[in-house]
Amino acid sequence: MSASVNYIALKSIVRKECTRFLRIWVQTLVPPAITTTLYFVIFGGLIGSRVGEMGGVSYMDYIVPGLIMMSVITSSYSNVASSFFSAKFQRNIEELLVAPVPNYIIVLGYVIGGMCRGLLVGCVVTLVAFLFSDLHFHHVGILVVVILLTAMLFALGGMFNALFAKTFDDVSIIPTFVLTPLTYLGGVFYSISLLPEVWQWVSKLNPIVYMVNTFRYGFLGISDIPVAPSIAMLIAMTIVLFMVILNMLKRGVGIRS
Amino acid sequence: MKAIEIQGLTKTYANGVEALKGIDLVVEQGDFYALLGPNGAGKSTTIGVLSSLVTKSQGSVEIFGHSIDTALEAAKSCIGLVPQEFNFNQFETLLQIVVNQAGYYGVPRKEAIKRAEKYLTQLELWDKRNHRARELSGGMKRRLMIARALMHEPQMLILDEPTAGVDIEIRRGMWDFLRTINQQGKTIILTTHYLEEAELLCRNIGIINKGQIVTNTSMKALLATLNVETFVLDLSAPSADVQLTDFDWRVVNDSSIEVDVAKEKGMNSVFAQLDAQGIQVLSMRNKANRLEELFVAMMGEQANQPKTTEEQGA
Ligand SMILES: Nc1ncnc2c1ncn2[C@@H]1O[C@H](COP(=O)(O)OP(=O)(O)OP(=O)(O)O)[C@@H](O)[C@H]1O
Ligand SMILES: [Mg+2]
Repeated sequence: MSASVNYIALKSIVRKECTRFLRIWVQTLVPPAITTTLYFVIFGGLIGSRVGEMGGVSYMDYIVPGLIMMSVITSSYSNVASSFFSAKFQRNIEELLVAPVPNYIIVLGYVIGGMCRGLLVGCVVTLVAFLFSDLHFHHVGILVVVILLTAMLFALGGMFNALFAKTFDDVSIIPTFVLTPLTYLGGVFYSISLLPEVWQWVSKLNPIVYMVNTFRYGFLGISDIPVAPSIAMLIAMTIVLFMVILNMLKRGVGIRS
Repeated sequence: MKAIEIQGLTKTYANGVEALKGIDLVVEQGDFYALLGPNGAGKSTTIGVLSSLVTKSQGSVEIFGHSIDTALEAAKSCIGLVPQEFNFNQFETLLQIVVNQAGYYGVPRKEAIKRAEKYLTQLELWDKRNHRARELSGGMKRRLMIARALMHEPQMLILDEPTAGVDIEIRRGMWDFLRTINQQGKTIILTTHYLEEAELLCRNIGIINKGQIVTNTSMKALLATLNVETFVLDLSAPSADVQLTDFDWRVVNDSSIEVDVAKEKGMNSVFAQLDAQGIQVLSMRNKANRLEELFVAMMGEQANQPKTTEEQGA
């Protein structure tokens, strides 16, 4: 198919995805704003004042980047997971499968849709953060690259999840039992340098540690982990997951009988 | 030009069900073709393979000359699919559904909105364009799926039981609509359980049972093979008094009987016998069980030897 045909198809999917999460904005945009406000008030304000400094900055400033990232991760992931799964469940995915849309356009469409929600939520949370801390941007380029890559990676993750899912439970199991623990242990609330050496090693197996630290570097200029290799790793993981999903679609896993 | 050419198509589902056991089927461009068969015969599976929602196990499928193995995208573009089950997003509005569908085929949005007006109007849904699909009645949902299938203006429309659960008035409207677009040149394939529907609309017909094509022939040729018809006669006298020889017949109720009449025999003798007994026939109608009769005849034949009639009317 010609490029313009594919481009129109892509735009249609993205538009459909964005319409969906904007239509249910009370479910999709408001909760992360409320949750992070609570985090700011409780961890940053009440507890943070007793913690003092972390990594050379106030505790509030320290946790803000991680909280933004956490909301982006959750929103991108759950947007694609629930939207793609319900498309499978209601069978409206067939609208795409009967049309001459290449698989990579389908993936990109859903992923960009998920990223839009993730980034929109990220912006909302960032705005809230401005009320509580005096944020500044140390390296805007890194911030943008890292947040885009992270949103993309987790949107892909959501798609991977939805492809395997057979019930609605299956699309909430991974966020609850994998994503949330990894995020909490991902150095959002503490510097991993505070951990015993063994746990530092274990933490380094958690990809979210790299994302949070790189993102924090973009804001504050501090990181537990070298920035360039982290970004390279993010890129590599995104490409691998993209390829895995394309391969699944090609074989019809989870979508064709 | 052949709209569809299927050869040796088999499909075994992951659970081991052999839904298609080697199907050969040709549908000419411009045809109005019926695929008829009982529940579970493999109609939807065949359509699934044509529209690439189901992956085939073996065999070859060409759509307007495009093989689904080597030119899938071109093949897909030729087909507009109206599936058996509702498969749109219930929370989207009609307009969103049809415009997005056009987008997936690469129709620019402006053009898609124009077409949406055209097809939703034709299917009497334009007033409802900003309603969510879930608010529609069953018949409207079917029509929505027809409008959606037409948005990329395909050469062929495939409808899987389009009139299931649709009242007779809307059904007639749908028939007229399908006939019109067929006359304008669109190839149409539909599946149905109703011989009457197929008879009314279609020129050619395939009968499928247990994953095999039992008959593939013209509607006329098929109906000619139906040589016994059953008529219901309402009589002026109690049916208990009736005497008929030479015919298979049954009492239906106090004043009606049912008579099986072979084509070559005709009905005169029935009337003559009744007349002789001083019984008047007040009214008479064809019993609408011809499909059953047809199936019984076909399946009987199939039990002896699977057979395909080559004859095809244009
Ligand atoms: N996704 C599936 N997985 C496993 N078996 C299936 C699947 N879809 C259909 N079948 C089986 O394949 C056979 C053919 O089914 P199909 O839906 O093609 O029949 P049909 O002719 O469309 O019937 P109906 O008139 O009831 O719609 C049936 O035995 C059915 O149970
Ligand atoms: Mg069916």
